[in-house]
Order: sequence, then C-alpha cells, then structure tokens
Amino acid sequence: MLDLNQIRADFPILSETVYGKPLVYFDNAATTQKPRCVVQKIEEGYYKRNANIHRGVHFLSQEATEAHEASREEVRAFINAKCANEIVFTRGTTEAINLVASSFGELLQAGDEIILTQMEHHSNIVPWQLLRARRGVVLKVIPFNKKGELKLDELENLISSKTKLIACTHVANSLGTINPIKEIIRQAHAHSIPVLVDGAQSVPHIKVDVLDLDADFFVFSGHKIYAPTGIGVLYGKEEWLEKIPPYQGGGEMIDKVTFDQTTFAALPFKFEAGTPDFIGSTALAEALRYVNAIGIETIAAYEHDLLVYATEQLSRFDNIRFIGEANHKSGLISFLIGTIHPYDLGTVLDKLGIAVRTGHHCAQPVMQAFGVEGTVRASFAFYNTKEEIDIFIAAVERAKKMFKQ
Amino acid sequence: MTINEKQDEIISEFEFLDDWLDKYQQIIDKGMASKGVEPKDKVPENLIEGCQSKVWVVAELIDGKVNYRAESNTDIAGGIAAMLVDVLSGHTPQEILDAELYFVERIGLKEHLSPTRANGMLAMMKQIKLFALAFSSKA
Repeated sequence: MLDLNQIRADFPILSETVYGKPLVYFDNAATTQKPRCVVQKIEEGYYKRNANIHRGVHFLSQEATEAHEASREEVRAFINAKCANEIVFTRGTTEAINLVASSFGELLQAGDEIILTQMEHHSNIVPWQLLRARRGVVLKVIPFNKKGELKLDELENLISSKTKLIACTHVANSLGTINPIKEIIRQAHAHSIPVLVDGAQSVPHIKVDVLDLDADFFVFSGHKIYAPTGIGVLYGKEEWLEKIPPYQGGGEMIDKVTFDQTTFAALPFKFEAGTPDFIGSTALAEALRYVNAIGIETIAAYEHDLLVYATEQLSRFDNIRFIGEANHKSGLISFLIGTIHPYDLGTVLDKLGIAVRTGHHCAQPVMQAFGVEGTVRASFAFYNTKEEIDIFIAAVERAKKMFKQ
Repeated sequence: MTINEKQDEIISEFEFLDDWLDKYQQIIDKGMASKGVEPKDKVPENLIEGCQSKVWVVAELIDGKVNYRAESNTDIAGGIAAMLVDVLSGHTPQEILDAELYFVERIGLKEHLSPTRANGMLAMMKQIKLFALAFSSKA
C-alpha cells in the first residue's frame, strides 16, 4: 500500500494552487514532478561536490567522479543491464535515439530497411527520416488496429533480408498502449535483427528488465521518472556499442589525440563527449532510489487502479470517445468529448486547476490514423489520487455544459 | 462607436464577471455564434494556424470601411477572434492601423497574447492589420 499523504508531502509542487484552485497535475506523460530528495541531491551536488569529473587528481573531482559513476551503476541495476559500461548518459530519450540513428546508421547502406511502428513519438520517427535523407535507407511501418494495438501479424511480412533494425516504443505516449515488446524482440532476433526500444513512457511506470527483454538498445528520459530535465539514458548491449562509431567528438571520449589520428576511449565514455551532466546523473540515481523504495510493481498496480477508475468515470459521458483502448494500457487516457476541441477543453480544465495535455502529443501519425486533430490526455503518476480524478470528472462535466454538449 | 469605445464596452461587459469560468463562458458563446467564414473562403491564404487552433479571417472593403469576418475550429480562439473583428469592423484602414488593441489584456486574457501560447492570437492580430494595410495602400 502507498502512503499517499507521505508521498504527496515529498512533492512540494502538489500543494500549489493555480487560479486559486488546488493543482491537479495529470500531465505526467509530458514530465513528472520532483520529490524533495531529488532537488536536495542537485543542491548537495553543487554545494558539496562540484568539480569536473574523470580528469582531476584533486579530492572534489574524485568525489564527483565517484558519485557520477555510482549513478551509472544505479541505472544499470534499475533496468538490470549486464554491466555499467552499457549505460550511456545522454540529455534524454530524443538524444539517445539520435545517437543510435547517427552511429548505428553509419553501418547502413542505401536500400537497407528500418521498421518503425505507427504509434511512435516524433522522436522515434524524425531521426530515422534524417538518416533516410543521408543514407537512403527505407522506413517501413507496423500499423495498429482500431483499439490502438500493433498488428503484429504484419511484422513477418515487413521483415526482409534487408531489415537492419526495428525501432519501437514500449508504451505509446498518445495512446497508453503497452506493446508486447519481448515478443517483438523475440521475432526480430529470430531474423538476427536488433531492436531499439523507446522506454520514455515505460520505465517510470512498469518494471523494465533489459536482459529479460533482450533489448539491443533501450532509451529513456530522467525527467519522466521524477529526475531533472537534461539527463537521459541509452542502454546498449556491449557488442553493439563496441561496433558502432562515436556520435559526437570532444573531450572525455578520447584515448589519444594527434592531428593525424585519434583513438577513442572505452565504453561508455566513447559516447560521452564533453563534460557530462554529473549533477543530473546523481539526481537521476536519487529518483531511481526513491522509486525503488516504493517499488515499481506497487507503483504499476496503483497507477493501473487509477487508470481503471478514471476510465470508468469518463465512460459515464455519453459522448466520450477514447483514443486508444488497448487491452494492455499504461496510466494515461487520450479522449475527446463530443465536438469540443481539445484546446477548448484543456483551456477550461486549466482554469479549474487541472493540468492536462492537449493536441497531437508529438504523434501526428496516430492522430491521422484516428482522423482527429488532437486529443485531451490525462496521464497519471503514483502521487495522483482518486479524489483528484473525481475533481477532474466534475471539471469535465462542467466544461461539457459550457460547450453545450 | 469608435474602436476604443467598442473596446471599453467589452471591458465593462467583462468587469461584471468575477469568475474565470463566467468570462470563458462569454467567450465560448461568442465563439459559437461566430461562424461567418464561408467554406469557399477557408483557404490557406485566410488561415492563421496556431499550434492547436485554426482561425480564418476574411476582410472586404465596403465604402472605404473594412468589414472583417472570423471563424475558428475552437470556440475559445473563435470567441476572441470574434471580439477582435467586432471591434475593428466598420472602420477605415487608417483607423485600424492606428488602433491600439488593449481590451484582450484588460479583460484578463493576457496569457492568450503570449508568443508561446498555442493559439496564434498574436499572428491573428498581425494578419488583421495586414489586411488594413493592403486596403490603405489601394485607397
């Protein structure tokens, strides 16, 4: 059981009011709030351990280096990677995908194929389109059905001898669909095709074990798991990270530099050019410890309860349309009420203190598939409550009347 | 009525509404009532696209005065657009170009004028004045 009073006390922003109303924060799929301990970790890092890492012989530099590397180990343990060398710190999911598209892309030739899905965030579409423009690779797309579930029976037909990679989201940010990623990876590996998993929406909400999934690349963002913005993770199997070239050049990532030739540092430093966010990494580790203390399974079960309750309550509206009704869903709901434009509904909910996201959620192909311009999306975290859902439902009811629906 | 008299009228109309929702109800009602752009005029040249809303504005010059019509796919952006075109319609291009539009801010909708806001309201105000500029150069 979650001690919600204690948990909510850990997140000072949850006591804020907006327009004089208590804040109800249902925009967790966009970014999550930060517990006090994470913010304290940032402060502690700057006040007690701030020195550039890896090169310094002095005390502070060594302390900072140790903290940064201990954070890498914390991340490794959290997703159950084999070794810490397989954890590369990035600025976030987007940068991690761009890294793979760029470096893995160096191994590809014109005509090689990459398979995506129809429910990807733009971050897992556009880097591959840029690669297509550079190298002439071909992009293929796994479609989804009316409920927003991938049509995996089409995967075998999409795979060819030229398929070099499958890049697939674990949980769809616009639909909430939890994809059967282990099965997708199994099928891909049967053809010796590696898989990149976009874990931005899964890591904060469900148990992720990269070894069990057998993922080749797995990426996620710190800020969606209660850590600061600007820090994220690329997990890559050691054999892949060894095989692909560096992404950016600079300090930290080299072994020896002459004007004739440069040799690169060992993993993971080969991919971490420049001064890394050593404060952000320690804050990320702190956030992961916070999540661990509650337990990711406990979080998943509680958020599922919130999803079920909110879905039931919303179902009472006769003119509701759910966008994304997969059997396996994470704690987010995309919906429309009658003909109310999502922007209009979001604006009125905002005035009632409720933060939801409106629009295409950086997944325009999903909106096109459903024939809508956008949706209203309520996304939950473990600090949300059923009482907040009741406030939200009353607000939707109120808005519905305002728009005469 | 002058442009400023019309603006002041809107401001006093909103002054009686303490509650945010009452203000928004007023805007939504105006948006719902404002469906003045004919389908044939909903062309890209008349479209002001925000990140999340679309507003179409058309203008014609009748007897030296500009007549605007606006419509949006959202009721809130549409309501604000309707107030803007009500304020400016029936005036000469020069009066429109000289007008200082203060009512949106004064009725408490300042946030809609933020460049980061997703509804393109600033772009709409600019477009409305551009119509007037085009007419004034023809005159």
